[in-house]
Parts: sequence; structure tokens; C-alpha cells
Amino acid sequence: MMLLNLPYITVAILIAMGIYAMVYKRNLIKIVIGLSIVESAVNLFLVSLGYRRGGIAPIYTSAPSTYMVLPTPQALTLTSIVIGVATTAMLLSFCMVIYRNYGTLDSRKIRRLRE
Amino acid sequence: MMSKIVRTQASFLYTFILIFGFYIVAHGHLTPGGGFQGGAVIATGIALIAVAFNFSNVKRWIKKTHLTAAEGIGLLTFLITALIGIGTSFFYNWLANSGLIFGQRVSYGVNPGYLNTAGTLPVMNLAVGIEVFGGLGVIILYMLNYVKEVRNDAS
Amino acid sequence: MRNALLCVALLVVLGCLLYVSVNPGDFGVSRGEHLAFGEPKYTDMDDYFIHNGQNQTGANNIVTSIVFDYRGYDTIGEASVLFTAVLGVGVALRELRKRRDKNDE
Repeated sequence: MMLLNLPYITVAILIAMGIYAMVYKRNLIKIVIGLSIVESAVNLFLVSLGYRRGGIAPIYTSAPSTYMVLPTPQALTLTSIVIGVATTAMLLSFCMVIYRNYGTLDSRKIRRLRE
Repeated sequence: MMSKIVRTQASFLYTFILIFGFYIVAHGHLTPGGGFQGGAVIATGIALIAVAFNFSNVKRWIKKTHLTAAEGIGLLTFLITALIGIGTSFFYNWLANSGLIFGQRVSYGVNPGYLNTAGTLPVMNLAVGIEVFGGLGVIILYMLNYVKEVRNDAS
Repeated sequence: MRNALLCVALLVVLGCLLYVSVNPGDFGVSRGEHLAFGEPKYTDMDDYFIHNGQNQTGANNIVTSIVFDYRGYDTIGEASVLFTAVLGVGVALRELRKRRDKNDE
């Protein structure tokens, strides 16, 4: 019974890993990586919420059957992935600006105002 | 700039990446994929070119203004396609089942997949593909340009 | 001390998440199998999309017909977010050469 919920357990472990990276690490790049891990976990959670046992992907092109998994969570996951890419690009560009102005990516050292 | 082997392979593979990305965009209503995924694949091709070749040449080949224009044109096409159907409702699929281009009628059930179907969806797929290609490409070019600038300052 | 507190907090979060994912039935609206993997309970909307999507939009790929037709407003938001992110990257990484030259003079 416990192994049936294996995707949810994976989601829980991934979210804990991402929060660990965001809380404990001092490097800004590693914080962004933690954010991406949490985001992937949420995407996996959304997709596995819409899974129907024995269903196939909701595409009718030469499909073996017509019993399909729920398509709406997959569509919203697509939206979520795009927004995640945009957010990650902005965060990384801010990291580049910070590295140029402060010479470091350590979040303890860039707390001070420059000069 | 990388070695000659990498440059030759990049210029060889770039065409295949473009074709594969365009295939994903054009078959978005029949197979897994769609506008965003195909645009991301094409932007990967831009990243390959920008890494493999000399960056001043790349800046001459791929202009940022062109990519920004592609992004704007894609978004505008998407919005206008949605707006034409406003007689019924916003985002009304005014081309489906109409017999015009992309207007072939499809009934419920498994079929081998016909390209001439789905109404406005292929148009919107193309628009979003162009937009994502422009957006991700311009992000890649901005980041590489910034790295080069910082390196020039340091030296 | 601070590290120990953080560690305890993280373990509590992980324990709660694991408990919920192992016993999903305890946290539904009614004590049913709301989160049981592989058996979603309320599927009326998705069944409507699966059965009528081909007649109404003509697309074989139901996910595409939802993204661009049934829930197009979400896609407008997504496209605007991508556009805004590109604008933000352009503002953050703009070329500083000219401004610094002016400062040097």
C-alpha cells in the first residue's frame, strides 16, 4: 500500500532536498538550484495527481486505446514549466549582476551596501 | 571560439536542430510537443552556434533586434488570432470544422493524424514557437554578451 | 544552535510531507481517497475534454487543445510572463559601456 504512493513520496523527498539547499547553502547559484528542484517537485506532483491507472497519454494519433489520463493537469504543468524557465533566467541574470558588482556570490558577504 | 572539429560539427548539426524544432512546432496538434517545446529546441541551436563560434562573428550573424522583433511578432500573432474569434468569444476556434485551411472535420476516435486539422491551434503553435525562440535566444545572447564584457573589464 | 534548530524544522517538514503522502486519505474533504495515486475522484471536466475535444477543436492532442483553446487565458498569462522576463533580463544585463565612459569624464 505504501509503495502505491511512490510518486508522492518522491515529491516529499524532492521538496525537502530543495528547501535544504535554499536554507543551508550560501552560494546564490546553489539557492537557484534548490528553487528549481522544488519547482520540479511541484510539476511532478501536478502530473501524478492527474494519473489514472491504466490510462494512456491524451493523444489520439494512433493510440492503442481511448482510456486516457486527465489532460488538464498536464496542460497547467506546461504553463508552470514555462514560468519556471522565465523565473530561473531572471534569477541567474541577477546573480550575474551581483557577481560583477560584488566579486562574490556568497550571500553573507553581499549583505553590505557597496562602498 | 572552439576547435575546428567542434565548429564543423556545430554548423552540421544546426540544420538538423532547426528541422527537428520546426517539426515539433508544426505537429504540435498531432504528437507530443507544441509551440514552447519546439521554440526551446530552436533556441538550443542558437546556444550551440554561440558557444562554438567566435562571439563577435555570432553577434554579426544573429542580431538581438531581429530576435526581439520575432518575439513581438509571435506575441502579436497569437493575440490577433485569438481576437478574430471575438464574435463568439475570445479564443473561439473560428477555423475548426470550417473547411478552410486547417479546417478539416475530425470525429471522435483514434485516427492516424491529419495535418490539415485543428483550426487555429497550428497558427497559435507557430506564433508561440516564434515567440519562445526569440525570447530564449535573446536571453542567451544577453548572458553571453555580459560574460564577454566582464571578461574584457577584467583583462 | 541555529543549525540544530534549522535541522529540526527541516525534519518536521519532511515528516509531515511523508506522512501525508503515505496516508493520503486522512486529509481529504471527506475521509475518502482524494489523493490516492492512480484514482482521481472528480474527473467530469477532463472526461468532457477527452470526449468532445476532437469534435470541437479538431486536434488529436487534447493537451494542446486545452492549452490553446479551452484555457487560452492561461496561455496569454504565460506568454506575458515570458515577455516580461526577457524585458527584465535585458534591463539587468544591458551594456554599461556608455554610462561608465560618461562617469569617467
